[in-house]
Amino acid sequence: MSTLDTFRHGVHPHGHKEATKGLPTRRMPFVPRYVLPLNQHIGAPAKAVVKAGDKVIRGQLIAEPVGFVSSAIHAPVTGTVVAVAPRRHPDGKLVPAIEIETDPYADQALPRREPLDWRAMSPDEFVRSVQQAGIVGLGGAAFPSHVKYSIPEGKKATRLVLNGSECEPYLTCDHRTMLEHPDKVLRGAEILGQHLGVTETVVGIEKNKPDAVDALRAAAATGKWGGNIDVHPVEVKYPQGAEKLLIQALFQLEVPTGQLPLDLEMVVNNVGTSAAIADWFDHGIPLVERVVTVSGPGVARPANLIVPLGTPVIDVFEQCGGLLPEAEGVVMGGPMMGQPLGDLNVPVMKGTSGLLAFTKSELDRPTEHACVRCGRCLDACPYFLNPSRLARLARAERWAEMTDWHVMDCMECGACTFTCPSGIPIVQLIRVGKSVARQQRSKGK
Amino acid sequence: MTSLRVRPGPFLHKHMSTPGMMFDVLVAVAPVFAAAVWYFGTSALLVVAAATLGCVAAERAWGKSKASWKDGSAALTGVLLGLTLPPGLPLWMAFLGGLIAIGLGKIVWGGLGQNLFNPALVGRATLQAAFPTAMTTWTPQGAGMAPKAGNLAAPFMQATTDGVSAATPLAQWKFEHAQTPFMDLLTGNTAGSLGETSAGLLLLAAAWLIFRRTIDWRIPTAIAVGVALPTGILYAIDPAAYPPPHLMLGAGGLLFGAVFMATDPVTSPLAPKGAWIFGLGIGGLVALIRIFGGLPEGVMYAILLMNAASPLIERVTQPRAFGYGKAGKP
Repeated sequence: MSTLDTFRHGVHPHGHKEATKGLPTRRMPFVPRYVLPLNQHIGAPAKAVVKAGDKVIRGQLIAEPVGFVSSAIHAPVTGTVVAVAPRRHPDGKLVPAIEIETDPYADQALPRREPLDWRAMSPDEFVRSVQQAGIVGLGGAAFPSHVKYSIPEGKKATRLVLNGSECEPYLTCDHRTMLEHPDKVLRGAEILGQHLGVTETVVGIEKNKPDAVDALRAAAATGKWGGNIDVHPVEVKYPQGAEKLLIQALFQLEVPTGQLPLDLEMVVNNVGTSAAIADWFDHGIPLVERVVTVSGPGVARPANLIVPLGTPVIDVFEQCGGLLPEAEGVVMGGPMMGQPLGDLNVPVMKGTSGLLAFTKSELDRPTEHACVRCGRCLDACPYFLNPSRLARLARAERWAEMTDWHVMDCMECGACTFTCPSGIPIVQLIRVGKSVARQQRSKGK
Repeated sequence: MTSLRVRPGPFLHKHMSTPGMMFDVLVAVAPVFAAAVWYFGTSALLVVAAATLGCVAAERAWGKSKASWKDGSAALTGVLLGLTLPPGLPLWMAFLGGLIAIGLGKIVWGGLGQNLFNPALVGRATLQAAFPTAMTTWTPQGAGMAPKAGNLAAPFMQATTDGVSAATPLAQWKFEHAQTPFMDLLTGNTAGSLGETSAGLLLLAAAWLIFRRTIDWRIPTAIAVGVALPTGILYAIDPAAYPPPHLMLGAGGLLFGAVFMATDPVTSPLAPKGAWIFGLGIGGLVALIRIFGGLPEGVMYAILLMNAASPLIERVTQPRAFGYGKAGKP
């Protein structure tokens, strides 16, 4: 078996991408109400700079970053702030949020701005500019992008990696972005590459998207976006999109535990994020919308939609013909790592790559049997952990031992649960173990 | 839709279940079982049924839950145990073997997935110790479909011998220095335990199980290497004193044990490197016992001994976690 073009281990779930991969992105119409939770991602929540009653225009700053790992939020719509108050977050908690009522008479045009002179910016100014644009990783985790672009003293980046693997089943939003806006993706890479001082840009795309590979290769061949761009197809395997695993697939290099791609002189960036960078520096458009794949067997008309941030999930489904009677649940993100929703009034977030309506067959848990130590989870785990043992330790509440078995290295991709013939909720048990370990660590401090 | 169903993901699952894997093993064992009936008549059917009944009865009586016998694992243990028994074994002994296999080999450890030793072999080892004569009385093949007289011995009675008995290929070699033709080993036209005689069918079963990824190919391969290497060297030194490697590989319980017993995932190491050590250990022990020991056969003890070593092997062969190698090296 070749180890080239992929990482070791992993699983092969059915792609389920046929429903949406051929659908061009459409613009979601404006709806009457938008909700923007101030914590869109890991790190510190943003601080609201508007109050109830304020008029805001589309693209206007409404919340500013607090601290370094924090990002700005902009009005997705022209209208009136009706509340800065707790609202339901997709994870189920009530969190501080800004609610905006749409002005039905506004034209909703984004104010055209002059291109930013990014070449004249110092590295610090560039990083702060990205932070002000509210740009975060659009692959799903929504980690604030500017943090990745700030290179600490003594480190350097020689390679920019664009992540177009999109290994989560059902999702095709990155696929469509690469297909429809290859130039924008590479323009973002050019801007980032100049800032980071890299000598090479490598785009990793799973082989099930040959048209995206062709589109980016054609765009790169024009030479408009700098010379050294390598569009590199990688094997179709889950979780190929995890950045450390993409690095292993592309360069056969292993990022040591506790370290970042930057320690191997690399910065990894989602292709959609790269397009957002181009929009910001070329047109002054901050992150106010994103592409969302709406799919799954429980929705009437699957689609790829450009959705303003803060749009209630229920309105997105309405736009797609609504949920079918057999739909029993909705997941935000992909089917492997996504967040199940308990309420359809929660908003689309910066990290919402997909909205999937599932029926009984996806939502029923497989019947659980005893673990017979078949070892399939070990063969699935891309991090070479022992998932069956971790699950067993979690059930026995032997938390300390889980740390010895490297539980904190688990990225929760769920390949173990996917593959387990005994239907054991392995990754779910591991998540419990990780959160206990985190609690104990913070208590110990 | 009134309320949304919320459960933690992932929401996709592979369509392969543990009962499905056991079914795979049953599929693999079916031709072997059919051959046993062909060669040894209804006796094969009766002995396997008695052992299976014993296993299922034990699981029903003492299993953790009332339904645990339905998962098929106890029945599978019974079928495998039955196929390692001689055709003329009194049925009550086969039944007792089944009770012990599940009771002592599995339930006392905490049920499915918890046991250290292969349950079927625990049952067989007990029978071997308790009834050495009955467990080594081999009936010849093709003596008609009617049950052997020994099968019908009343409970707690020893078998009455048919008056006809045969020697297994390994015993023939050990005690008479006679060699069984290779074709007979392949087709199964020899005396022996019910399921062990046909090397050809066992290889077929191995191919199926490896193709289905139900068993780890490394374990049977390592066992074969572990047996063939030392015997091959000894045979090359003195062909008159030592058995030929093909006899060692094709005769006795080696293939049956290598394909169906040693590959039991519960009692073998998980990591690839561990599987090699485990298999080579079994092969080496088999060669040692068969060549130098007082017994003609040693597969059962070899597997049980390596079962005992399995947790230790497991501990020292844990794969290196991602990111714990030399910096930047794959």
